[in-house]
Amino acid sequence: MPDMKIMRVSIDAGRCQGHNRCCLVAPELFEADDEGNAKARGEGIVPAGLEQKARLALANCPEHAVRLTGA
Amino acid sequence: MDSRTPVEDWAVDFDHFDPQWTSDPYPIWDDLRSRCPVATSQRFEDGAYFPTRYEDVREIAYDSEHFSSRRVIVREHKLPLMPGPPITSDPPEHTPARKLLLPAFAPKEIAKLEERTRAICRSLLDAIGDAAECDGAVDYAQHIPVRVIAHMLGVPEGDGDLFRRWIQKVLIEGVRDPAAAMQAVHEMNAYFNAQIELRRASPGDDLISYLLAADFGGKPLSEAHVLGTLRLLLIAGIDTTWSGIGASLWHLAAHPADRARLVAEPGLLPTAIEEFLRAYSPVTMAREVTKETTLGGCPFKPGGQVLLSFPAANRDPEKFADAGRVLIDRAENPHAAFGLGRHRCLGSNLARLEMTIAIEEWLKRFPVFTVTEGKTTTWSEGTVRGPRLLPITIRR
Repeated sequence: MPDMKIMRVSIDAGRCQGHNRCCLVAPELFEADDEGNAKARGEGIVPAGLEQKARLALANCPEHAVRLTGA
Repeated sequence: MDSRTPVEDWAVDFDHFDPQWTSDPYPIWDDLRSRCPVATSQRFEDGAYFPTRYEDVREIAYDSEHFSSRRVIVREHKLPLMPGPPITSDPPEHTPARKLLLPAFAPKEIAKLEERTRAICRSLLDAIGDAAECDGAVDYAQHIPVRVIAHMLGVPEGDGDLFRRWIQKVLIEGVRDPAAAMQAVHEMNAYFNAQIELRRASPGDDLISYLLAADFGGKPLSEAHVLGTLRLLLIAGIDTTWSGIGASLWHLAAHPADRARLVAEPGLLPTAIEEFLRAYSPVTMAREVTKETTLGGCPFKPGGQVLLSFPAANRDPEKFADAGRVLIDRAENPHAAFGLGRHRCLGSNLARLEMTIAIEEWLKRFPVFTVTEGKTTTWSEGTVRGPRLLPITIRR
C-alpha cells in the first residue's frame, strides 16, 4: 500500500502520447524520454510546495495520462 | 478561387471552403454544436461528416477500427491513396513508422534548434526595421517554419516559395482539382529524389540522411516510404506553424489589453501560447469511415470522409469553461490542437518552440502594435487556418 499521505505522480505509459504538457508545467516532477514520452522523475514523490504544479500537470494532460495519488 | 454554391443549412450542407467559414468559423461551429452535433455534407466524394463536440472528436481520434487515417484531407474528389507514413498509417503499421521519427522530434532534440530559430526571427525583424507598417504573415510568420524545416531537412532555405506553392496546391487547390494536387506530389517527389541522390553520394546531419540510413526491421526504408515521409514533413511543418504564429500575432494586434499585459508580464507567455493554440488551432485533420458506426446520434457510412476538427473540439464549452473567450492566463488547458491519441502531431515540440520564440522576439522588438485600420486581415481556406495577409501598424 502506498503511503496515502505522500503525494506522488506517475505517467500511464499506455495513454501518454508525448504532448509534453506535464514536463512544461512541472519540469521538477516530469521529464521526457528519448522518444518524447513523459515519465515521472525519480520515485514520483511530490515535494512540499509543488502540489499545485502536480495538479496542473494532471489538468493539462490531453490524454488523461497523468496519475496523482495521495492528493 | 472559383465561386461556390452558397450554404443554405450548415447542418446538412457544410462547406469548410465557404467564405463565411474562412473569415469567422466559430459562430457556425457553436450553432452546429448546440443543434446537431454532427453536421453532414454531400459536397465531398462519398459524403462528409463534421463532428463539433470535443467528446466525439476524441472518440474518433481514438477509434482506428471504424476510422482510418489513410485519407487525412477531406476532398471533393478523392485522390489515389498516397501513403505518407506515419500520418496516413493505421495500426499495426503505424507504430514502427512513428517510432522511427519520434527521437528526432523529442523535446531534447528540438531544444537544439532554439538558437537557430531565434536568429531567424531576429533577422526577419531586422528586415522590418523602422517601417511603420508591415505584414505579420507575409514579412514574418510565413518564413519562420520554412527556414527551420529546410534546416532540418538540409535543403536550401531559399526554396521556400516552392514549398509554399506545393502546399497551396495540395491543401487548397487540390481539394477541388485532383490534377493540381497530383502535379505538386510529382514535383515534390522529383525534388526529393534529387536531394536523396545528393545524400547517397555524401550523407549529412539532416533528416533526409537519417531516413536513408534508417534500420526498419532489419531493412532500409522503401523508396516510397522515404518520399511519403519527406512530403509529410514538408507539408505538415510549414503552413501549420506559420498559421499558429500568425494567429497569435493577430490576436495581440487586435486585443491591446492582452498585448500590453503580455509585454508587462512575459512570464505569461507559456499559458498565452497554449491558449492561442486552443482558441485558434490551425489544424483540422480527416479520417475515412471504414466500418459503419454511430456517434453523436449520427450514422457514419463506410467511405465517408470525416472532417476531424480539433479546432472545433477546442471551442466546446462542455470541455472548456469560457470556451469562446481567449484567456492568456488560462491555467487548465488540456487542448487538442496537436490532436489526440496515437497521431499526436509529431512536430508539436517544434511548433511550440517556433511559436514561443517568434512571439517573444516580436514583443521584445515591437511591444506596441495594432492591426492596420482600413486594411483587411485575410485567412487561409480549408484544412489549415491562419492569417495570410495581416497588415500591422507598429507604434514607436
